[in-house]
Amino acid sequence: MLSIGRREMKKVPALRGRMIVNLFFEASTRTRFSFETAQKWLSADSLNFAAKGSSVEKGESLLDTARNLQAMSPDLIVIRHGTAGVPHFLARNLKAGVVNAGDGAHEHPTQALLDALTVRRHFGRLSELTVAITGDILHSRVVRSNIWLLTKMGAKVRVCGPPTLLPPRIAEMGVEATTDFDAALEDADVVMMLRMQLERQGSSFFPSTREYFKRYGLTAARLARARSHAVVLHPGPMNRGVEISSEVADSPRSLILEQVSNGVAVRMAVLYLLLTGHPWEGDA
Amino acid sequence: MTERLLIRGGRVIDPAAGRDEIADLLLEDGVVADREEKDFGDAEIFDASGLYVFPGFIDLHVHLREPGREYAETIATGLAAAAAGGFTAVCAMPNTEPVNDSRAISEYISAKARGVAGTRLYPIGAITKGQRGEELAEFGEMRVAGAVAVSDDGRWLSDGSLLRHAFEHARLFGIPVVQHAEDPTLSHGAPMHEGAVSTRLGLDGQPAIAETAAVARDLLIAEISKGRLHVAHVSTARTVKLVGEARSRGIAVTCEVTPHHLILTDEEVGRLNFSTHAKVNPPLREPEDQEALVAALADGTIDAIATDHAPHHEDEKSVDFDTAPFGIVGLETALALVHDRLVVSGRLSLTRFAEVFSASPARAFRLPGGTLAPGSPGDVTLFDPRRRWRVEAARFLSLSRNTPFEGWELEGAPAGTIVEGRIVWRRGER
Repeated sequence: MLSIGRREMKKVPALRGRMIVNLFFEASTRTRFSFETAQKWLSADSLNFAAKGSSVEKGESLLDTARNLQAMSPDLIVIRHGTAGVPHFLARNLKAGVVNAGDGAHEHPTQALLDALTVRRHFGRLSELTVAITGDILHSRVVRSNIWLLTKMGAKVRVCGPPTLLPPRIAEMGVEATTDFDAALEDADVVMMLRMQLERQGSSFFPSTREYFKRYGLTAARLARARSHAVVLHPGPMNRGVEISSEVADSPRSLILEQVSNGVAVRMAVLYLLLTGHPWEGDA
Repeated sequence: MTERLLIRGGRVIDPAAGRDEIADLLLEDGVVADREEKDFGDAEIFDASGLYVFPGFIDLHVHLREPGREYAETIATGLAAAAAGGFTAVCAMPNTEPVNDSRAISEYISAKARGVAGTRLYPIGAITKGQRGEELAEFGEMRVAGAVAVSDDGRWLSDGSLLRHAFEHARLFGIPVVQHAEDPTLSHGAPMHEGAVSTRLGLDGQPAIAETAAVARDLLIAEISKGRLHVAHVSTARTVKLVGEARSRGIAVTCEVTPHHLILTDEEVGRLNFSTHAKVNPPLREPEDQEALVAALADGTIDAIATDHAPHHEDEKSVDFDTAPFGIVGLETALALVHDRLVVSGRLSLTRFAEVFSASPARAFRLPGGTLAPGSPGDVTLFDPRRRWRVEAARFLSLSRNTPFEGWELEGAPAGTIVEGRIVWRRGER
């Protein structure tokens, strides 16, 4: 799948004649473009739905919107929604397959897959690696999906954030939880920074971005606490100077743009597997 | 002409009278006849062999939606559901539209219920006008129209002085103040319980202390105002502990628990894949809470089981988890759920089962009934402990179907409901 993106002719006929609806109720650049690119390269037909400018603004319910799209017989619906559990709700009510492109603070499975692919391509494995995930753990669907995937694959996961942004009993998901960023970075092979979700937070979580950056911002000096071969990931969009400094984000240790390229391949794989029912037989 | 109904050959279980025996029960002109009365005359006969014969079951907490949201439930359909669920009386919360904060609305509700001539309905009036938490409603006027308690229902009365005055004023009429204990500054209306499950599912959680802290304050105010506090739908281990301690200090407090809090935990939200049928307030709690509730029900700390029957139209529930309204319908599943899960398993004695649905709620709100002693109201709940059935919401008499128990196989079911000596519901051919 990765190799298709390097070709001059970026298109294979694998999903020709299949229709996919991208149903995005929440703002997204990376994920939506990534899914769209994956669909185009696989020759699927796609429809893009954004809540803004749609009948949702006229008061149409989620269920009616989905049923109307269903009436156009899509094979797959890719859904992004601000509330946890909406993909389950759609799957219960529609015939089309449903791919979760992020639901509230619940899950973002294709993000975790692309993170894992990025790490595995770099280190050749996931097992026995220590992954430190730092930032707004409370509101992050990325962290929850990564916990499921990385722990399943044998990685050790640490989550770190200020006390107000560490959800209660997160350790019960099989991770270490700490509020001490330096301790979290100790011996880490992978440093994953999360976006401060300023739009989801009231002022009561953290007083200012300045105070946040001092404690939890990833600088080059901080990164030195991790292992010397450690790499940096961020699911984007970044708030430079809030959770990550530009010197780190743009350094050779940053795999952030590679994550984006891998994202297209991972989504191609997901769409292909779900729609054809068998694994890709071309080169990976 | 004397109207007689003979309930023949059932197992009469009347905890208030210390009675548990196979016997005939004669109802005469709407009341329980003297036990020596052997002149059955031309009595209608209800064959109760193999059935339990209980004092009429009372539900202290239902929402019947009329006036205002008749598409979700009406007084007629709600009372039909109550009768089919084995209840001879229900207490209806005031959060209708308009709010039941006046004699006129209480009278409207009472009159509608009389027209149904089925399960009895006792209105609960609002504590404050419009449930706005600002000024007291006219308790005395609503009492005249049948109100048996006051409550601002889903809105915890947070103004401490006003609550104190409510307790004091309610003393004039001998009615309890019912509080839905939830400090909204702690709960933030979060859609589920805060814990490992909410963290895993990425949903906002309301901490258990949103309830417990509210109850703690309410108990202190009840104490200085010598009021009677009834805590609606207790859901946490610490709340029942507080209630038990307060009672031993002499505070006049009673409380109720719902079947769903006794039987389900927050895991249900995940197990049902975010089904909004598992969204209820107070939210489903943790196994430790559930265990504590069952224990407190058995040992008498919790007085009654109440359903908090909260009908919502399918359209209202067919939305995402955050947007959906809180609530579960309970009238038509309560008895069977509690019997199957707690009585059959031996965690709740049959006597206590009878008591928490009859004598104990009657005492909490000082309602007639709760016993089958001669001269008591002829309200009887007949229950078939051996009937096995499957919950199918589509067959409910309630207008709404929002239950998380769809498809559950249960042992035990209501067999007949008798109010004032008349059969208001009986199961069709078995």
